[in-house]
Amino acid sequence: MKSTLSKLVTLVASLSLITTGSAFADGHLRIGTEGAYPPFNNLNADGSLTGFDIEIAQALCDEMQVECEFITQDWDGIIPALLANKFDAIIASMSITEERKKKVDFSEKYYNTPPAIAVAKNSSITSASVPDLAGKTIGAQGSTTHSNYAEEKFSQSEVRLYPTPDEYKLDLENGRLDAVIDDVVVLSEWVNSDAGNCCKVVSTLPIDPVINGEGAGIALRKGEDELREKLNAAIKAIRANGKYAEINNKYFDFDVY
Amino acid sequence: MLELLSYGDSGWGDEIIAGLSVTLSLALATLPFGLLAGFFIALAQNSQDATLRAAANIYTTVFRGLPELLTLFIVFYGLPLFLNAVYGLFHPAPDLQINNFLAGMLALGTVFSAYAAEVFQSAFRGIAKGQYEAGTSLGLSWIRTMRFVIVPQLLRLALPGLSNLWLILLKETALVSAIGLPDLLRQTGIAARVSKEAFLFFGVACLFYLLLSILSSFAIGYIERFTQRGEKI
Amino acid sequence: MNHSAHSTYIARDKIFTAARLLGVFLLFLWALLAASAAYAVVSDYATYGKYFATFLRGAGTTLLLVGISLLIGAVLSLPLALARNSNTLLPRFLAYCYVYFFRGTPLIAQTFLVYYGFGGFREFFSTVHLWWLFRDPFYCALLVFSLNTAAYQAEILRGAIASVPRGQTEAGRAMGLSPLMIFFKITLPQALIIALRPYGNEIIIMIKGSAIASIITVFDLMGETRRTFSRTFDYNTYLLAALMYLVMVETLRRVWVKLEQRLTRHLLR
Repeated sequence: MKSTLSKLVTLVASLSLITTGSAFADGHLRIGTEGAYPPFNNLNADGSLTGFDIEIAQALCDEMQVECEFITQDWDGIIPALLANKFDAIIASMSITEERKKKVDFSEKYYNTPPAIAVAKNSSITSASVPDLAGKTIGAQGSTTHSNYAEEKFSQSEVRLYPTPDEYKLDLENGRLDAVIDDVVVLSEWVNSDAGNCCKVVSTLPIDPVINGEGAGIALRKGEDELREKLNAAIKAIRANGKYAEINNKYFDFDVY
Repeated sequence: MLELLSYGDSGWGDEIIAGLSVTLSLALATLPFGLLAGFFIALAQNSQDATLRAAANIYTTVFRGLPELLTLFIVFYGLPLFLNAVYGLFHPAPDLQINNFLAGMLALGTVFSAYAAEVFQSAFRGIAKGQYEAGTSLGLSWIRTMRFVIVPQLLRLALPGLSNLWLILLKETALVSAIGLPDLLRQTGIAARVSKEAFLFFGVACLFYLLLSILSSFAIGYIERFTQRGEKI
Repeated sequence: MNHSAHSTYIARDKIFTAARLLGVFLLFLWALLAASAAYAVVSDYATYGKYFATFLRGAGTTLLLVGISLLIGAVLSLPLALARNSNTLLPRFLAYCYVYFFRGTPLIAQTFLVYYGFGGFREFFSTVHLWWLFRDPFYCALLVFSLNTAAYQAEILRGAIASVPRGQTEAGRAMGLSPLMIFFKITLPQALIIALRPYGNEIIIMIKGSAIASIITVFDLMGETRRTFSRTFDYNTYLLAALMYLVMVETLRRVWVKLEQRLTRHLLR
C-alpha cells in the first residue's frame, strides 16, 4: 500500500502540472499536431509521429535552427489548446480561412489541395454533384473546412460530424454513410490502402476560396509576428533549396504546393 | 484475436494497460481533492452566514445540474483562460499552461465535490448537537472538536454515500477520453479504429471497468466493516 | 434546513467575519461570471440569438431522446425487477448480470460498444432485418440509453417493491384477490410512490448523461454546442448550453418536488 502511494506521489510530481514560459525565445518550439490524418500527420504503432506535415515541420525547424517538440492534440480542441498556450504553433494541415483568422494568425501556405468525395465501391453515386448527393448522408471530420463545405454546398444532404477521419471511414465502410468528404490526398491514400479497399474516390470538388481558404498554413497565436516572419522565410528557403521537393516526392507523385 | 490483445508491438495489450493505469491514477488523484473540496463546501452550506451558504448552494446546484461532459469541456477549456486572466493581473504576458491530466482531475473533482458535499451535508445532520457541546465543554477548540469528535463519526455516516460516488467517479473518468487524455477508453478506442475490431476492444474496455467496479465493491465492503467495528456489541 | 444544530457553535465572532468575507467574495465571483456571460450575449445579441435557436432545436432532440429512453426503460424494468426478486435461480442470476453490467460500466463505453462495435456486424443485422436500427446514430443512442436506464430503474423498482410492508400482500390475499391483482392494484402503486424520488434523480441523470450522444454524431444540445464551438471557438457557447441544461434540470426537479408533495399528501397527518 505504502509503495503504491509513493509511486502515485512520484507520478503526480513527475507530471509537472503547471509550467510557464513561451518557449520559442530559447530556441525551442512546441508544435501541436493531430496525429490522425494520414498521409499528412499520423501516429506510428510505437507512438512516434510521421507524415508530410511532420517532415515539413522538421525541415522548417532545421532551417530556423530551433529545436522542435511535437505535441499531439485532438482536432476539435487544437485551436483552443494553441490559445491556452499548450504549444506555440499548429502544423496539422490547417487551412487558412477568414473564420479562423479571427482567432489565430497564419503563416503563408505550405500546401494546397482540393476536397473530394469518396463512396463505397458499389455505390449508386456516380458524381459529386448536389443532386446526386441530395437526401444522402455525408460524413466529415468536425471543425474542418470540409465539414463547412458539406454543410454549405450540400444543404440537401444530411451531414454527420466525426471527431477523427478514422470514425467516418468505419461508418462509410459499414454503410452508415453514403459518402464522405475530405482532402483528396487523404482520401486517395486511404482508398489505395488495404484498409480502404471498400471504397473509391468519385471526384474532387472545386475549391471555394471563402470556405477552403488559401491552402494549409501554420497557425500561431495572434501577435507572434517574429515567429511568423521566421516561418515564412523558412518556407521560402526550403521551397528554394530543394528540401520541400524532396519531401513532396517522398509522399506524392505531384506537387502539392 | 489473442494476438491483438497481446503485450508488445503486434498487440494492443501494453497500450490498454497503460490506459488502465491512467484511468486508475486519475480516479485516485481526484478522490482526495474531491473529498476535501466537498467537505469544505458542506461546511459552507452549514454556515450561519447567508452569503456563504448561498455561494455554496449555487456551486452544488450548478455542478449537479450540468452534464459531466459539459463540465469537463468548460473546465478544460475555461480553466487556462481563467487562470491566465488572473495571472495577467500580475504579469504582462500571461503564459500559464495546464497539464491535461490536471485539467481532467480538476474537472472530475469539481463534479465529485458537488455530490460529496450533499453526502456530507446529510451526514452532518446525523450527528447530534450534544456531540459539539461535549467537545466544547471538554475545552476543545473548534478545529479539535472537528478533528477528534465530529469527522470520525461523519466519515462513518458518509461512507455508503461516498462509496457510491467512488463507483460513479470510476465510470466518469471515461469521459476524459473525449478531451484527449489517453485513458482506458481512449486507448481501446484507438485500437478499435486501427484494427477494425471495435466490438472486441470496446468489449474489453467494458470488462475492465466491470473488473474495477467489482474490486472496488470488495474494498468498500472491507472498509465498511472496518469503520463499523466499534458499533458491534 | 441550513440551520443545522451545530452551526451556532461554528459561528463564533471571529469566524463569522471570515465566513461573511468569504461568502461575499464567492458570491461576487459567481456574479462576475454571470455578468461577463450576460454582457457577451447582450453585446452581440444577433449572433447569440441565432445560437439560441439552434440550441433550442438541440434541446428538443435531447428531451426526445431522454423521454423515449425513459419510457422504454420503464417498460423493460418491470420484468427485470421481478426477475431480480424471483425465487428461481436462473432468472435471478441473469437479471443480476444484466443490472451489474449496465451499472458497472460507463454509459459512454456502452454507447461505443453498440455504435462502433455492432456497426461491424452489418451483414448479420441485415439478414435479421435490424440494420435500420443500428444504422442510425439516434436509434443507437436510444437503444443504449433505454437498456442502461432499464437497469437503474429495475433496481429502484426492486427496492421499492421490497419495502412495501408484507401485510399489504397478506391483506390482499385475505380478500381473495389473485396474485396478479395484488401486485398491480396493491403492491405496485405503493412501490411507485416510494420510488418517486429516485425516479426523479434517474430522469436528471439521464438528461445529463444524454450529452454522450453528441460523440456518436447526434446533434442534441451538446452536439449543437460542440458544432458551434468548433466554428467559433467562442467559450460563451458552452456557458449558454450550461444555462439551458440547468434550466431543464432545475425545472424538472422543482416540478418533481411538487408532484411528490401532491401524490404523497394522503401520507401527511
